[in-house]
Amino acid sequence: MNVHAVRAIFGFEMARTRRTLLQSIVAPVISTSLYFVVFGAAIGSRISSIEGVPYGAFIVPGLVMLSLLTQSIANASFGIYFPRFSGTIYEILSAPISPFEIVLGYVGAAATKSIALGAIILLTASLFVPLRIEHPGWMALFLVLTAGTFSLFGFIIGLWADGFEKLQLVPLLVVTPLTFLGGSFYSVDMLPPAWRTVTLFNPVLYLVSGFRWSFFGQADVSVGASLGMTLAFLVGCLALVTWMFRTGYRLKN
Amino acid sequence: MPSIISVTKLSKTYSSGFQALRDINLEIRRGEIFALLGPNGAGKTTLISTICGIVRPSAGTIFADGHDIVTDFRAARAKIGLVPQELTTDAFETVWATVSFSRGLFGKPANPAYIETTLKNLSLWDKKDSRIMTLSGGMKRRVLIAKALSHEPQILFLDEPSAGVDVELRQDMWRLVRTLRDSGVTIILTTHYIEEAEEMADRVGVISRGELILVEEKAELMRKLGRKQLTLQLQAPLERLPPELDAYRLDLARQGTELIYTYDTRGERTGITALLRDLSAAGIRFKDLQTSQSSLEDIFVGLLRERA
Ligand SMILES: Nc1ncnc2c1ncn2[C@@H]1O[C@H](COP(=O)(O)OP(=O)(O)O)[C@@H](O)[C@H]1O
Ligand SMILES: [Mg+2]
Repeated sequence: MNVHAVRAIFGFEMARTRRTLLQSIVAPVISTSLYFVVFGAAIGSRISSIEGVPYGAFIVPGLVMLSLLTQSIANASFGIYFPRFSGTIYEILSAPISPFEIVLGYVGAAATKSIALGAIILLTASLFVPLRIEHPGWMALFLVLTAGTFSLFGFIIGLWADGFEKLQLVPLLVVTPLTFLGGSFYSVDMLPPAWRTVTLFNPVLYLVSGFRWSFFGQADVSVGASLGMTLAFLVGCLALVTWMFRTGYRLKN
Repeated sequence: MPSIISVTKLSKTYSSGFQALRDINLEIRRGEIFALLGPNGAGKTTLISTICGIVRPSAGTIFADGHDIVTDFRAARAKIGLVPQELTTDAFETVWATVSFSRGLFGKPANPAYIETTLKNLSLWDKKDSRIMTLSGGMKRRVLIAKALSHEPQILFLDEPSAGVDVELRQDMWRLVRTLRDSGVTIILTTHYIEEAEEMADRVGVISRGELILVEEKAELMRKLGRKQLTLQLQAPLERLPPELDAYRLDLARQGTELIYTYDTRGERTGITALLRDLSAAGIRFKDLQTSQSSLEDIFVGLLRERA
């Protein structure tokens, strides 16, 4: 294991964030606050509570998930796409470092950032609504697993993309809609039956549901299903990235 | 002692179907400066990139310091530093950060003293806290060299090191290359300038259209490249040469109307004065003369024809 290399990549990626620290912290704090103003105040005045949880608190896990998914993908995909685009990837490819270590450095850094971001959003949210976390261990597990899995997914997008547009494509056209439609801001029980069935095919629902369960002890689907879905997605991404490195996909001629 | 780099039956066909390397066999000796000479598109960068692990070989094997570059890539790559042809650098990092990053990437613990020395040797020390994007092209090239040296490699590849480089940097670079060689580092550089190969290398490999067409000691190659011909147009055709001129190994051409003398511009003497004197003594008169030198292109063509 080339620990120095993993640390070098990790440190490089974290330094990139440090240069834009203000944006990395202020932006999520502002957007979270905005969600509270819009969803919490405007809608919350009509829906006082969902299944006994005040609406303001109910949307917190969904908000964290939304940021976690989009930021993990954005960070990790940019992290690997940019060296490919600029050509500096030559150094990574010629270094005594295994694909696993490359992934560990890039994905580890992206996931770390997302987890920190999740914590910031939770802190911001706690200023607006009283938060209780019933299963902190599970909460942490879902946070880490989701950050890791979607950073890995972002890494794959960063390898696949051959232009900046494609980098935006998947988050914009797939992930954000799925998150909004996946019960981030409502319970699927509130939907008409037909839509409820459709929503059950949305993988993001399982992530949000499990995460919300760790806060309030109630979920749209069983915790086992949530964990299973997260792990299945993680395994899928691992398989895909392994295949990419084995074939040199978009990395080596 | 075994070769430090050993390339056997290496071929590379890009996914476009273009064959960039054909059955390359090459042994690089430990501690030498080896120049890979060839025109643009010959396959120099492809060969270097394959040895460094950036391009996947289609066939063949490569060993670096005894380590297979595929099955034992960690040990092999740890020995190698690469200065790429293109100026590909980060923009927002500082010089210090990017060079330290390279050292870590290649598996070495931090060593600020070594990096300081490297930056000083490359006249980069006063730029250590500058962001790379603020540097000139020449300075960026120095940064790339510092990155390649950051992990104290035993083998250094320089791909077209003098492309777009000013005189000062060129001299600095050659001084550094010689110092490195003296400390035991093996250096492989690519160039399409004969002069550069001549100035720097101990041995030269000539590559053309993906084929390594010869590998020679520089002195030997330069003797071949340095050959010139003197053509004399005679006033009266000769049937055969008088025996007293045998030593000059002259050729008679154009039905005896031309005499061709081949000589080495690098020799102490070219023998031209003596030849002209002896011709005159033999009563051979001429009305005109020209000299000609083969270009690198001619030599490539000649070498290719020789092989065919
Ligand atoms: N990625 C690639 N795909 C297809 N052909 C390539 C690729 N890279 C280089 N080539 C071709 O391979 C040949 C050798 O290129 P290169 O090794 O860069 O030559 P040199 O460095 O000697 O100028 C050129 O004809 C070039 O067009
Ligand atoms: Mg080249």
